[in-house]
Order: sequence, then C-alpha cells, then structure tokens
Amino acid sequence: MSTPTVEKEPASKVDLAPGVGGGGEIPTFDITLKVRRYNPEVSDEAHWDEWKLTMYGTDRVLDALHKVKWEHDGTVSFRRSCAHGVCGSDAMRINGRNRLACKTLLKDLDTSKPILVEPIKGLPVEKDLIVDMEPFFQSYREIMPFLVNRGHEPTRERLQSAEERERFDDTTKCILCAACTSSCPVFWTDGQYFGPAAIVNAHRFIFDSRDDAGDMRLEILNDKEGVWRCRTTFNCSEACPRGIQVTQAIAEVKQAILSRKV
Amino acid sequence: MAAPIVESPRSGRISPQYRRTGGSKGNFEMFAWLFMRLSGIVLVVLIFVHLWTSMIAGDGIEGVDFGFVAGKWADPLWQVWDLVMLWLAMLHGTNGVRVIINDYAEKDSTRFWLKNILYVATVVIVVLGTLVIFTFDPCPVVNGVPHVADYCPAP
Repeated sequence: MSTPTVEKEPASKVDLAPGVGGGGEIPTFDITLKVRRYNPEVSDEAHWDEWKLTMYGTDRVLDALHKVKWEHDGTVSFRRSCAHGVCGSDAMRINGRNRLACKTLLKDLDTSKPILVEPIKGLPVEKDLIVDMEPFFQSYREIMPFLVNRGHEPTRERLQSAEERERFDDTTKCILCAACTSSCPVFWTDGQYFGPAAIVNAHRFIFDSRDDAGDMRLEILNDKEGVWRCRTTFNCSEACPRGIQVTQAIAEVKQAILSRKV
Repeated sequence: MAAPIVESPRSGRISPQYRRTGGSKGNFEMFAWLFMRLSGIVLVVLIFVHLWTSMIAGDGIEGVDFGFVAGKWADPLWQVWDLVMLWLAMLHGTNGVRVIINDYAEKDSTRFWLKNILYVATVVIVVLGTLVIFTFDPCPVVNGVPHVADYCPAP
C-alpha cells in the first residue's frame, strides 16, 4: 500500500446528537409481570402474583424475573444457569407458549398486557416455576442416549463423512430443556408418551453412521407409547428454542421403523 | 383479577405414574398408523366415486330413491364397492376414535369402558351393514302380501 492515510478514523461513524450519552440510550418501558406461584409448604393452591417493572429494550423475561427476585420478592423460585440459551434450565410457559426465559426479549412480547409466566406443563410442579424433570429424563435414558459401537475400538477417532454427519445434524442441537415434551398435548394426558425430546435424541443416534444400536432404539420407540402416539400437532417444533424440526425428526423415525418392519 | 389459565394437566387430579407399564410386544400401533394412511387414500377414491354416481351422474340427486339403491345393489360391483367402503370407513373411524380416547381419557377405567362401547358399536354397525348389502330385497313378501312398486316384478 503506497497511500498511507494520515487522517484518523473517528471513534464512531454515527453522528450523535449532543446530550445523548455514549452509545445511545436504551428505551425503557413499563411491564406487568404475572408469575404463577406455588408453594406446597404454604398452600396446595397455586396463585398469581404480579409486579409492575420498568425494563429496558435489551431485557429478556429472565431479566424481569431477576429484577423481581433481587429487588421485590426473594421467594420467587425458578431455574437458570447459563442465562444465554445453552444450558436449557429456564424453559417456562411465557404467554401460553413454551420458551426459554433467557431468549425471549420483553420488547417482542405485547407489553400492553400482563406477561404471564407459568411452569412448563405435564410435569409435577415443585415450587413456583420449578418442575420435577425426572419423568422427562427417564424417557431420555430409556432410548439409550450414548454411542454404542460393536466394532473394534479404533486407535484414532471414528471417521465420518460430512454427508453422514449432516444426516443427523439438526437433532444434535438439543439442550434437553423440555420445552418440546411439555408442549405436547399427548404428553399432557398421562405422561406415558416418550415425548419429542426422547425421540429427537434417539434420532441423533439412529441416523449416526458410527452407531450400531439403531435397531434397538427403533424397537424401543415402536412401543405403544412410542412414535406412533405423535399426532403431528407441531407444538414441539414451535416450542424448540434451538429451532430443531422436531416433528420432522419424529416422522423420520416412523419411516425408519416402517422400512425396517414392512 | 382472574388470569386466563389452564390448569396443569396433572395437578392434583392424577398421581403421577410415569413408569410405562411393560413394553408392548408386537407392532399393533405401527399397523394401525399405516392402516389409517392407506385406508384414507382408498376411501377418498371410494367416497368420491360413490358421491358422483349417486349425486351427479344420471338424474343426479333427483334420481335417488328406493329403486335407485335397489338397482345399484343388484350389481355385484356396487355390492363389493359399498362393502369395502363400509368396512374401511368403519375401521378408519373406529381407530380414529380409539386414538382420541387414548389421548384424552385420564383414567384407565374410563379408557377401558369407552373403548368397549366403541368396539361394540363398531361390530353392530359393520355386521348390520354387511347383512343389508347382501340380503337386501327391494320387493319383500311380508305375510304373503307382496310389496308393490313399479320396479318390482308383477306378482
């Protein structure tokens, strides 16, 4: 380069009106947050508590819950770990839809009405927004969510082509938040159905070229509580915070069972 | 203010029984699922041809009367057609309702009784329908008195 530019670049290329601080102010707005409370030590009945909060445009539902817990009522109970949409701890029903509280921006909700936050359905509530996840993980364990390989253990890594990896790429994204399973009306009835999450995680191994236990998993999911209870209501696909095409994965498992049996 | 809520499905009503009671052996649910798809496709053809021949072809809806039905069932093709339509529609519908009962009944005893009523109703309708198709006589002789109609042979 023979044309050295002496002129220094400005700190910001956007002209800011004087008086506006730093990088521009974030708009604030008022919301009403309604949380479904349940504490078996106090009452067998659940009730709704509501708070009026002033929140920022960058805030998520989780921030509103934090604000309540830290500044208004420390007894509000909910799970969260990473708070960035990866750990899958804070799935809850927000305005009637299963969402991760840490991925739902308040500004995307209708702030003119109260924002309703409930625990996910179909699993026993332990306190406030915390549910017993054990039935969910029980189904997950039953489909054997681990690599089963009967060949000799290779001295190096198990090789797989990009196409073979692509076959089950979508279902590797699951973070086990239970948003799909607890949005499924069939699961709500009696909790016996394996549920979308277990089938998604079975799909992840059934279509993995390195795995040898696909037939066993298909046999497990051929159960009367298995894939055939799926009614393709697409609630699970709509609820998945990772955008997994859950209903499609279930359909692919159905096809795999059919093509093996018929 | 009463918030619009739906009770949690298992709150206080059913004790959570998650352990699946024994794995089901066999492929019944798979074949039921497959049957729904295949019978659905066949029924679309059967029903629309049935509707066309009854309602549109010939005199159309004006031509449908007792004699029209009698004439149709004199032909073995329409006997078989209606028989297949009856059986497929009944089994398709029964399986659909069975699935709905499975999905919505909350207690095993409710589920048991609803399904038994369903199966009895299905058997009665299928047996009666099959009998009608094969034993249909448009000109019966009741107590020695023959039925009189322009499509009946003169006594």
